[in-house]
Amino acid sequence: MRIIPTRAWAATALFTAFAILPFLADALDDSYLVVIATRIIAYAIAALALDLILGYGGLVSFGHAAYLGIGAYSVAILSRAGITDLGLHLAAAIAGAAIFATITGAISLRTKGIYFIMITLAFAQMGYFFFVSLSAYGGDDGVTLAQRSTLFGQPVLESDRALYYTAFALLLGLYLLAVAITRSRFGRVLTGTRENPVRMRAIGFSPFRYQLTAFVISGCMAAVAGVMLANQTNYVSPAFMDWHRSGELVVMVVFGGVGNLLGAVAGATVALLLEEWLSILTEHWPLLFGVILVMVVLYSRDGLSGLFRRRT
Amino acid sequence: MSLLEVRNLRKAYGALKVTDDLDLTVEEGEIHAIIGPNGAGKSTLIAQLSGESLSDGGSVRFADAEMMGMAMHRRVRAGISRSFQITSILPGFTALENVATAVQARTGSSFRFFSPVDQENRLNDQALEALDRVGIADRAFFRAGSLSHGEKRQLELAIALATRPRLLLLDEPLAGTSGQEAERLVEVMHSLRGQVTLVLIEHDMAAVFSLADRVSVLVYGQIIATGPPDIIRADPKVRQAYLGEESAGAGDVAD
Repeated sequence: MRIIPTRAWAATALFTAFAILPFLADALDDSYLVVIATRIIAYAIAALALDLILGYGGLVSFGHAAYLGIGAYSVAILSRAGITDLGLHLAAAIAGAAIFATITGAISLRTKGIYFIMITLAFAQMGYFFFVSLSAYGGDDGVTLAQRSTLFGQPVLESDRALYYTAFALLLGLYLLAVAITRSRFGRVLTGTRENPVRMRAIGFSPFRYQLTAFVISGCMAAVAGVMLANQTNYVSPAFMDWHRSGELVVMVVFGGVGNLLGAVAGATVALLLEEWLSILTEHWPLLFGVILVMVVLYSRDGLSGLFRRRT
Repeated sequence: MSLLEVRNLRKAYGALKVTDDLDLTVEEGEIHAIIGPNGAGKSTLIAQLSGESLSDGGSVRFADAEMMGMAMHRRVRAGISRSFQITSILPGFTALENVATAVQARTGSSFRFFSPVDQENRLNDQALEALDRVGIADRAFFRAGSLSHGEKRQLELAIALATRPRLLLLDEPLAGTSGQEAERLVEVMHSLRGQVTLVLIEHDMAAVFSLADRVSVLVYGQIIATGPPDIIRADPKVRQAYLGEESAGAGDVAD
């Protein structure tokens, strides 16, 4: 809890940077920047969702890409049915994610440690192969979206900047929601269970219900990221749910620093920016990224947030 | 009606009967010590009574309700709380948060997501009271993991008390504490007499004989004798089973 004043300050700085970024893009005459930033924000939402259960609950889900996929396919499926409203897309994504998370979470949470990691991975892969075999939506190849989600019947989000600010508003809202959750009674039970589940039972808590609720909340948040990602790429395919993608989310959280929420946002931001820049330098950029990741984790157990904290 | 009535309680690990048709009765308000040589099954008994581990058979009646098959967290809510032989706390939480979490468990829903829990004064006040009672109120805002071993034992007692138990099972609360810390803990247990029923496993015989109203002797999974400390001290069966194996110097028990 000692990092909160620093975190509030760092959060203000980071979110302010996000807020003024489109103006910076204007000044630089680089409209691609807004496109990258939208992608970054979508992943930041997913990483934030993952950190809620990974950092606070000690639940390492290696299948969170499934929720990106559920969110993305909600857009694809509803759009084809002629339903284009963003609100409905989000509602469908959240409902779908809640169902998937409740079922898979109830089963996964019976296991611990490496088994939990493997079983969440297995469920995500089932989702992956389900959509691979869904030929109506392009199977392996996926499906191109005819248009972005609409807002109040208007094609407002066709503007990159409007899409960006919508994603940004969602990130900001979900970040504040996640911060509130972690400080609440519920958050204390979740964190306490990570600290010592036997102790929690010995004072009268049954951890399962709290862990499952957190798992569902996290899944729903990640599905929101999927909706944004689909809109950003105008294209939905099973690749969204690939297990590599789940791994990338874990990397972003660890890179940014586990268990303080803002670290996940920063981790997603820096990881994707590095990906953009390093891939200009060399096609072997994952190697360079790997070196940087190892250095950060090696020199600061708390990832980027740890580096930041040490300096302040 | 006794507060706790244990009948024919059984537990085996393979062929090893750790709890072997055990009978035990604990009266409301008493301090009941359980002594016995290492490996007698004392900690297993506590685990079975608290619901941490499942029993193979028998009956555990607490306040007229059957506890068998009930999960640990439900027994806590029914009024059975415990401490652990190996200190069990939430190391990353402050001492205050540790105890406040225990208060939270019995006051209101924990499915509240929005208001900050550290500003709930009702939780913090009761937690501070419990910390004060065990003598570590000055450590309230220290990370629990950073406390000394003895302070952690005190904290664990405060956590257990904060659940407001009717029956408190203490598994070697004095283990590894310094003289001063042990004194403080014994004092706290004395102060609980009449308010909370205590079942106490302890190797410190001086503490046992000064605290206990009754003592039960557990050997190989069975209670071989129960009675007031003086009677137990003089019981030839106890001397043979317990002292014969455990220590050459009969002084341990005779003190």
